[in-house]
Amino acid sequence: AAMELQPSHGLASRAATLATAYLCYRRGSPGRALALRSIRRARREDIDDVGHKYHLELVLEDVPDKDSTINCTAEVLYHLGSKNVAPDVQFTLEGELKNTDEADDVFYNQIRSLEKELVAENIPDSHGNVPPEMEPIRRLAWVASGYVIWQNSTENTKFHLAQIKRVKQMKRSDEYLEFDYTILLHEMVSQEIIPWQMTVLWHPHHGVQVTRDSRQPKHTLE
Amino acid sequence: MRALVLLAALVAVAAGTETFIGHQVLRIVPTNDEELQKVKELQDLEELQLDFWLAPRGLGHPVDIRVPFPSLQPLKAHLESNGISYSIMIEDVQTLVDHEKMEMLRSRRGLPLSTDTFNYATYHNLDEIYTFMDLLVAENPNLVSKLEIGRSTENRPLYVLKFSKGGTNRPAIWIDTGIHSREWVTQASGVWFAKKIIQDQENDEGLASILDKMDIFLEIVTNPDGFVFTQTQNRMWRKTRSKHSNSACIGVDPNRNWDAGFGGSGASGNPCSETYHGPYPNSEPEVKSIVDFVKSHGNIKAFISIHSYSQLLLYPYGYTSTPVPDQKELHEISEKAVAALSSLYGTKYEYGSIITTIYKASGATVDWTYNQGIKYSFTFELRDTGFYGFLLPAKQIIPTAEETWLALKVIMQHMLDHPY
Repeated sequence: AAMELQPSHGLASRAATLATAYLCYRRGSPGRALALRSIRRARREDIDDVGHKYHLELVLEDVPDKDSTINCTAEVLYHLGSKNVAPDVQFTLEGELKNTDEADDVFYNQIRSLEKELVAENIPDSHGNVPPEMEPIRRLAWVASGYVIWQNSTENTKFHLAQIKRVKQMKRSDEYLEFDYTILLHEMVSQEIIPWQMTVLWHPHHGVQVTRDSRQPKHTLE
Repeated sequence: MRALVLLAALVAVAAGTETFIGHQVLRIVPTNDEELQKVKELQDLEELQLDFWLAPRGLGHPVDIRVPFPSLQPLKAHLESNGISYSIMIEDVQTLVDHEKMEMLRSRRGLPLSTDTFNYATYHNLDEIYTFMDLLVAENPNLVSKLEIGRSTENRPLYVLKFSKGGTNRPAIWIDTGIHSREWVTQASGVWFAKKIIQDQENDEGLASILDKMDIFLEIVTNPDGFVFTQTQNRMWRKTRSKHSNSACIGVDPNRNWDAGFGGSGASGNPCSETYHGPYPNSEPEVKSIVDFVKSHGNIKAFISIHSYSQLLLYPYGYTSTPVPDQKELHEISEKAVAALSSLYGTKYEYGSIITTIYKASGATVDWTYNQGIKYSFTFELRDTGFYGFLLPAKQIIPTAEETWLALKVIMQHMLDHPY
C-alpha cells in the first residue's frame, strides 16, 4: 500500500537526496554534476518483511548550468533492519543529459599534462569560492561522494558533500586519473560533519569509480 | 601689556602635558587694527603655549589657535575683557585625534567607515559587524538603537538592534540570525536587513506603516563565540562554546536548548554531539538572554529565527507531531511568504511544520516562543539546497537577503493586518 507524501515531507526529501546522489554517481563526470531541484511527487510503500520503498518524481539540475533541468523517476528501497546493506536505487531519466565529452577531455588533458601531481585544499573555501580551474575537481568529488552517500544512507539520514578538505592526485602508470580525497560530509538529521576519505578513479568515457573509502575520525577536522 | 604679563603668569602656574585632552581650537576674525594687533601680541606669549594653526594675516582673515587646556580660561577671559570675539572650532582636540586614529586603523584593517560604503556582498568578521551596528545607530539615531541583552559564555556582548519610531513597548517582531555560527549567509543577511529597514522605512509604504505601529528587534550575531570560532578555527562549528560536563567536548546546540520538549528525542544528551541539548533548558547565556528579553518585553508578536541551509520556511512544532492550534493560519502565511520569496529569483522553497518537513527536534527556539503565546513563530532555512551548503558563495548573499526580505515583509504585514 503506497501512501502519498507531500513534496515538502522530510522523508521524501531524504529519499530524493539519496536517489540524486546515486544517479549523479552513475552519470556524473568532472564536466557534469547533477543536483536535486525539486520533488514533483513522492509515495511511500511499506513492503512487509522487506522494507520501505519510495516512488519519486524528481526534477534535477545540471549544476554548471542552472537553466538546464531534467525530469527523472526513481525508486528507493530501504531494506528493513539491516544497516549494512545499501538501499536499492533505480532511476529513469526523461530525455538526454547534455554531452560533456569535450569538457571532460579538456580536463583530462589538463591534468595529464601537469608536471607535478595536483594537490589542493579547502574547496570551496570558507567564503564559498572555488577557483575556476578547480571546478571539475569539485564536480568529480560531488559525483564520487554520491557513491559514499548511497552506501551509507538510511531512512534517517540525508547527506551532502560539505567541502573538500584535501585532494591529492596519485601517480598512475595507466591512463586513469586517480585522486585521493578527504571530504567533509554534512549529515542533516544529526547535523554532524563527517570526514571521509575516498579514492576516486576516472577516465573520460569510463565513468567515475570509488575504489576505496573510509570514514575518518572527527578530529581530522582541525 | 600688564594684562598680558598677568595672563602669562597665570598660565605658567599650570603644568603642560603632552596630550591634547581638553585642548580647544579657537577662531578669531580680527575686524579692526586694534583687534589684529592684540591677536598678534598673543604670539609672543610663550608661556601660553598657543599653537597658531592659522597665523594672523590681516583684517577679515581667520586666526585659528590651538589652546592647551591650562591656557583656556585665562585666554578666554583676556579676549572677552578686550572685546575680542571668538568661536570654538574644536571642542576637544584629543577626541578628534582619537577619532582620526581610529578611522585610519579602520581603513587599514578594512573596517567600514559608513553603512553606505559597507560591502554587503562579502562575509565579515565579528569586529566588522559590531562596527557596522555602531555606524548604523550613529547615522540613524532617531530610528535605531543598540541594546545589550547579555553576554556570551566567552563574555562577548550580545547585541540587539531596535528599530522604533517611538511609542512605549509597541507590539514587536523579533528576528535573529547566526544562532548556528556556521550558517554564514544568515548573519550576512541580518546585516543587509538592518540597512534595508533604514533605507526602506522612508520610501516603502508597507514598511513605513509597519514601523508606525510596531518595533523590530534584530539580533544579527546570536552566537558570537561560535562565529569567532568559525573564523579562526573551524568553519563548520555550529554550537556555542560552553563547557558543562567532564567531557572534553565543547558546546551546546542553541536550537535544542529551549524549554519546549527539552531533552526529548530530537536532541542528544551527548556533549560531543552537534545536537547536544545542554544540561538543562536555557543553560546557554545566548539562549537565556533572549528568553529573559522576550519575557520582560511581553509584547513580541512575531518571532523569526533564521538558519541555513535547505530553502525551507518552517513553523512549530519540532518536538511533537501534534499540530499547533494555529496550523492553518501559519500554513497559509507560509504559502504567501514563500510565493513572495520565489517571485524575485525563482528560488524554490518548501514549507510546513518542523517535524514533518525536516526532522524531529526538541528544545527548538520557535517551539518555545509559540508556547509563550507568540503565534507568528517561524524558522527559515535559507539558500542553498546542498550544493554549497554552509559555504554559500558570497555573491549569493544579497540575492538571498533580498528574496528573504520579501518573505519577512509578508509575515510582518500579516501581523499588522491581524493583531492579536
